[in-house]
Amino acid sequence: MIFTIASRELRGLFLSPLAWSILAVVQLIVAYLFLIQVDTFLELQPRLLHMEGAPGITDIVVAPVFANTAVILLLVVPLLTMRLVSDEHRSRTLSLLLSSPVSMTEIILGKYLGLLAFLLIMLGMMALMPLSLLVGGSLDFGKFASGLMGLALMLASFTAAGLFMSTLTAQPAVAAISTFGLLLMLWIIDWAGSTGTEYSGLFGYLSLLRHYESLLKGMFNSSDVAYYLLFTFTFLVLGIRRLDAARLQH
Amino acid sequence: MTRETLIDVQHIYRHYGDTCAVQDVTFQLGKGEVLGFLGPNGAGKSTTMQIISGNLAPSAGRVLINGIDILDDPKRAKAQLGYLPEQPPLYRDLTVDEYLAYCARLHRVPRASVRSAVDTAKERCGLKDVGRRLIGNLSKGYQQRVGIAQAIIHFPKVVILDEPTVGLDPIQIREIRALIRELGKEHSVILSTHILPEVQATCNRVQIIHQGRLVYHDTIEHMAAQMRSSSLLVALRNPPPLAELQALPGVEAVETAANGRVRLRHAPDHNPAETLVERAVAQGWGLHELIPEYRSLEQVFMDLTCGEAPQPTAQEAA
Repeated sequence: MIFTIASRELRGLFLSPLAWSILAVVQLIVAYLFLIQVDTFLELQPRLLHMEGAPGITDIVVAPVFANTAVILLLVVPLLTMRLVSDEHRSRTLSLLLSSPVSMTEIILGKYLGLLAFLLIMLGMMALMPLSLLVGGSLDFGKFASGLMGLALMLASFTAAGLFMSTLTAQPAVAAISTFGLLLMLWIIDWAGSTGTEYSGLFGYLSLLRHYESLLKGMFNSSDVAYYLLFTFTFLVLGIRRLDAARLQH
Repeated sequence: MTRETLIDVQHIYRHYGDTCAVQDVTFQLGKGEVLGFLGPNGAGKSTTMQIISGNLAPSAGRVLINGIDILDDPKRAKAQLGYLPEQPPLYRDLTVDEYLAYCARLHRVPRASVRSAVDTAKERCGLKDVGRRLIGNLSKGYQQRVGIAQAIIHFPKVVILDEPTVGLDPIQIREIRALIRELGKEHSVILSTHILPEVQATCNRVQIIHQGRLVYHDTIEHMAAQMRSSSLLVALRNPPPLAELQALPGVEAVETAANGRVRLRHAPDHNPAETLVERAVAQGWGLHELIPEYRSLEQVFMDLTCGEAPQPTAQEAA
């Protein structure tokens, strides 16, 4: 049942021009970032040759591209999650799901997985760019995989937060802006910690960015992965609870 | 009633903040019955139907669908019902075929029989020719039919239709009514409307809700008996003194009505029409109109919802 809803969600995305244009725009911007990094690498290459233990192409090209991609996705994911539930509220199609023999959990997970599948397709297309470097060189696959996983986990978290925000309102624009606000807040929350106050540990842990940075460096730390999984799980449960509560209070 | 009870609504209440939209509504519906659910705007029809379909939780009370509590075991209960809300829940960017196939899958129709379920539903709702068209491009009437098709695609035991004929043209309304009567043979149907003739045309039970309370609940036959004539409207060219009409056997009261007509009230089981005609011919009163008056469903409805005194009108000319 989850997959029925997920596949409907995924196919629905490709019926709308929004999804196609987002795919195109993101791909274009990431390609541009990628070219800049490759250019930088070519400039640095003569000097790197004489250096002992010099950073490789993965450090100079892949990691910065992935870091910047995360910021672009922070801007783009709210635009995709905004209509997940709020659109159904607004066009009154939610009652089809609510009067069908499916549970709230199935509805939320179906929608979540449908959109996540779309975003992973997007991620796959982005991953092709660094992989194209294999034509003329070699990659550090450990770092590449850890960066890619970081990005995938980040997407999973963004989507869960966006889905929850979308259950709160019938206005897609409101859902988008509040998702964006929440994610940006969590992105920069560790700035407060940088001055060394007693909260810095907590803020640092809450930050979406800090866990990502270590994955980009190729450090696989299970606590970072656990953070993203917990984040995703929390917002999915909140979304399910919220949808359930909508029946009780209007 | 000895028939299988499919819907059992027990003392449901629903509050929205301080306002109480539905108060203590209780009723049962058996297999093969079509229940007409009447009420003025804002009386609580839609709320009640949303509660029965599991879209809203009641503040108190229970709803059993075929013996299964919709709050305790929503999946099994919802598998037995099809619901068409006031606004059909249509995805405008899908074609009719895609949409109905999705609905069938949502209602756990096995993958192998989805096609035949879609075909049957299209056949029953007259959608054969529009299967490949986008729902968003269909006319309102066709969209409404897609909404009904969606509600019956999984052969539910209970079909709940919230104002199914709103926005349709008269021909479509007739088709939809015929479809509802047809559905009533195999399913239990609840139908809400504020169009009174619709109930008389399609339902075998009537229920009127007013300010959140059930104020009337009966079969259509009983209702028809209640609406039977208890007065005659008569037009005479040379009317005799009223006292003479009053003296006719069975006449209880005589009133003058508009345009020089006279209204004779009589006991329900004692119709003076025959004697009146004989007398009129014999004495040359010049009888040229004789209309038995029926209370329409509208009157019953108005009496119950407005608290006004009953006022008979001419409905059928004899």
